[in-house]
Amino acid sequence: MRLIAEGLGGERGGEMVFSGVNFALDAGHALIVTGPNGSGKSTLLRIVAGLLPAAQGSVRVEGGGDEFSAVAAACHYLGHQNAMKTALTVSENLDFWQRFNDEPRLAIDEALKVVGLGGIGHLPYGYLSTGQKRRVSIAKLLINHRPIWLLDEPTAGLDKASEERFSALMSSHCTNGGIVVAATHLPLGIDAQGLRMGEAAGA
Amino acid sequence: MLALFTRDLRLGVRAGGGALTGVIFFLAVIATIPFGVGPDLNLLARIGPAILWIGALLASLLGLDRLFQADREDGSLDLMVLADDRHFLSLTVLVKCVAHWVGCVLPLVVAAPLLGLFMNMEPLAIGATALTLLVGTPAITFIGAAGAAVAVVLPRGGLLISVLVLPLTIPVLIFGVSASYGAVAEPDPFLQPFLILTALTLFLAVIGPLAAGLALRHGSD
Repeated sequence: MRLIAEGLGGERGGEMVFSGVNFALDAGHALIVTGPNGSGKSTLLRIVAGLLPAAQGSVRVEGGGDEFSAVAAACHYLGHQNAMKTALTVSENLDFWQRFNDEPRLAIDEALKVVGLGGIGHLPYGYLSTGQKRRVSIAKLLINHRPIWLLDEPTAGLDKASEERFSALMSSHCTNGGIVVAATHLPLGIDAQGLRMGEAAGA
Repeated sequence: MLALFTRDLRLGVRAGGGALTGVIFFLAVIATIPFGVGPDLNLLARIGPAILWIGALLASLLGLDRLFQADREDGSLDLMVLADDRHFLSLTVLVKCVAHWVGCVLPLVVAAPLLGLFMNMEPLAIGATALTLLVGTPAITFIGAAGAAVAVVLPRGGLLISVLVLPLTIPVLIFGVSASYGAVAEPDPFLQPFLILTALTLFLAVIGPLAAGLALRHGSD
């Protein structure tokens, strides 16, 4: 499997934020997108996911077979919001996403243990702290199988230990033939290509 | 899809879901009418079906703005749009509409016979009105979904949705009320307007979610 972006350009409110972004990621590789605020990291990720139309260029997946023919179908997108309902319990939230997204992998209890939140499945999601909410959102990556992870500031609100645990999760995802594209300022501790926004943008 | 239905239904009936708000609004509208119109029992009985329909229409518009906005605010909507390849987005919308209808509008239909007593309606008229509401209100939810999808990016879209959707619901209101009257007023037919009402609901069950799906797909930013 290969994730390819060619001459990608993105605009926000009619203004070009970046242009001419190229990358090609084979299975098992990661791309860390860095850059100052407003350089278009989130826009890039949303374009790669297919949530925003690309102003220039294109993104495609090769070798994904029928199941993962498009990026949208092949990716987990972890944005700034956690996509969880505060009125439901942690388990109900995760159970919904697991059943909605198909291709289940880890059981919910196991996934919660992996992110260090074992035994809190019965609590309403709204009761959790910011970091715990983020970790539940990370557990969402583990309960369904997707080869591509698109992560926008995945470690926002996490403490040191959780950051390290998350780096390990990303490494093991890559080792198992996954692809990671992450926008983050933090060193993630895995071998990865770097893409510096604001410089790549030749506009 | 069943997972989505149960989730939305749970959210609708749990705290802050707004299922009860609609019923209370409906009650408030119907309860004030006799005070405004006066104690003319015949007049109340005559306008009863129309007032019940208008009340139910307004009450069902009330919760519509949250249909997609709540999901948009917490990022769930992005993931539903991304899942388009697995679950056709319009089908996702349809399931959300059905869950919304069961959670927020069905209680109105259930409350309608009780509120019909406020209007001094005879049992047959109450039954006919409840039946037409049962068949006709899904159409309002389906049109409303299209309006809610268009207005989802606006922070205060609630009123805009009502203004957008209200003109489109007029046919539903007309046929709903005329079928209710047809059941009691002798020369008027019941079956014909009732069948047109059913057809409207089925027609909008396709058009509404399709339009809403399109709007959501192109409205994400």
